[in-house]
Amino acid sequence: MAGEPPLIRLRGVTRVYGEGAAEVRALDGVDLDIERGEFVAIMGPSGSGKSTAMNVIGCLDRPSSGQYLFEGVEIAGLTRDQRALLRRNYLGFIFQGYNLLARTSALDNVELPLIYKGLPREERVERAMRALALVGLEGREHHDPSQLSGGQQQRVAIARALAGDPQVLLADEPTGNLDTRRSVEIMELLVQLRLERGLTIVMVTHEDDMAAYAERIIWMVDGRIDSDRRKGKAA
Amino acid sequence: MLWETARLAIKAIFRNALRSFLTVLGIVIGVASVIAMVTVGQGSSQQVAADVAKLGTNILMIRPGQRGMGPGAGGGTQARPFALRDVDRLIDSLPQIETAAPVASGSTTVVAGGENHRTQITATDARYLVASDWPLVAGRNFTDAETRAGAAVCILGETVRQEIFGARDPVGEALRLENMSCEVIGLLEAKGASSFGSDQDDVVFLPIRTFQRRIAGNTDVGTIHVRVADGVTTEAAASEITYMMREIRRIGPGQDDDFSVMDMKQVTSMLTQVTGVLTGLLAAVAAVSLLVGGIGIMNIMLVSVTERTREIGIRLAVGAQARQVLMQFLVEAVVLSLLGGIVGSVLGLGLAAVASRVMSIPFSPDPVVVVLAFAFSALVGVIFGYFPARSAARLDPIEALRHE
Repeated sequence: MAGEPPLIRLRGVTRVYGEGAAEVRALDGVDLDIERGEFVAIMGPSGSGKSTAMNVIGCLDRPSSGQYLFEGVEIAGLTRDQRALLRRNYLGFIFQGYNLLARTSALDNVELPLIYKGLPREERVERAMRALALVGLEGREHHDPSQLSGGQQQRVAIARALAGDPQVLLADEPTGNLDTRRSVEIMELLVQLRLERGLTIVMVTHEDDMAAYAERIIWMVDGRIDSDRRKGKAA
Repeated sequence: MLWETARLAIKAIFRNALRSFLTVLGIVIGVASVIAMVTVGQGSSQQVAADVAKLGTNILMIRPGQRGMGPGAGGGTQARPFALRDVDRLIDSLPQIETAAPVASGSTTVVAGGENHRTQITATDARYLVASDWPLVAGRNFTDAETRAGAAVCILGETVRQEIFGARDPVGEALRLENMSCEVIGLLEAKGASSFGSDQDDVVFLPIRTFQRRIAGNTDVGTIHVRVADGVTTEAAASEITYMMREIRRIGPGQDDDFSVMDMKQVTSMLTQVTGVLTGLLAAVAAVSLLVGGIGIMNIMLVSVTERTREIGIRLAVGAQARQVLMQFLVEAVVLSLLGGIVGSVLGLGLAAVASRVMSIPFSPDPVVVVLAFAFSALVGVIFGYFPARSAARLDPIEALRHE
């Protein structure tokens, strides 16, 4: 593995909101490498910049300065459309608030990334059905989000994130709106998917129980990495 | 990809059925009202022109007072009315005139056999029906003796016949008119509604002297209708009449005429001016409804910006490029606008067709108006559907997702 660059490499990344006195440094010089196949939990108190870090990694947000390399490619040099292609082909997102399209069936929600991949309709439906089956939502394909429970909605979101066959799954407080039982189910699903598909998972959470499913825990404080622990192989 | 985008847009339209319906409704109302009103306005203008053409191009009307006013407008009130002998003097001294008839008018209630009806009186003499080419379907015209003597005889319009006598032949029947009983001697051919919707057949003709003595109580003649002789232009006849009338009315040199001579071309242009103003007014009202419809569309689109911005954020997050999202929103706006435009055009033309039938005016849809109304509402729909989406698609996905 020596010659190969890490999947994700951040060097001196900052993200500054506002100007002058109102300036907020959400990220203040972050250096971070994430290897292919890792399951990383980013933790920290609110305002520590953990979500911002995830958004920057996911190309939903852009760093104010510093270097972000994805598979050795400098993201700052990409256009908006190229960043969209990166999200489309390499990244999948899960949000705390699910972010499903309202009044749109589970199937149509999961199909969404496949439409932009330009797949023909039959293949889209087939892949979306498979993704929904994978997250245990067979028979609910034609339900609207409003007809599904929070846990089921998050499963739809996971199916949507997986449908595009990404390399990295980015999850921002994926269990934040769920009770303990649903949270455990979701986390076990993520662990299983990672093993089956060799996914790299970057998850933001403030719950120790959920972070415990990850094999590497990064602590952030005030926009900087405070600690970076890896569990032993035995765990 | 374009077909796919169209499919997506149509899906989105049905997904937001209420919003789509309200947007379409705004366009429908705007387009329908403009098309209906302008079409009806133009139809009535055409009707006016057609009616005036029927009156003939060799007819002149002499009225007291100066011209320049519309039909029924004031201005003639302070000018002296004409007298019966003026008509004879004109006919006797001007070979350019084929015939002329004095006209006085009023309104009254006519009664017969327990039926009564409020109607117009046209008081004139036998020459009127000749001058205006208005045939009788039964009975006869006034005789000179009846006119001179002020006999108690009358000729009915078709509407009065129907109201008082139903389908019966009224000739020979008696009709009460104010405190006078007169014999019906003739029935006029039906003419139908005039340009302004008034019923031309709702009329009773009386000999003018009868009217002056028994009803008006004066010897005034309100208008003189002149039929110009063949081969004489109305302009030439009008200038001769003006010269003669100045003499009759003893108007000194340098003094203005206190009467006016109008030919039907002038009447036409006056009437079309009036209907033009009416059409303009209707169009203005319609433009307001178009604007209100447009504001409705704006409102709906702007209210849904928050939801749409989040939707755009989601689409960007799963890998849509800004232009793909925009193309979808543009297609959505165009489809809605087209739908509203088509429904609005059909509805507007339908309303105009019904209104034209009811008002018995020609139905003359103007493609220019249809296209303009269509284009305007489509523009509003597209602008307010598209531009908020454009600003949202320019955001970083995370900003769009966090939009409150």
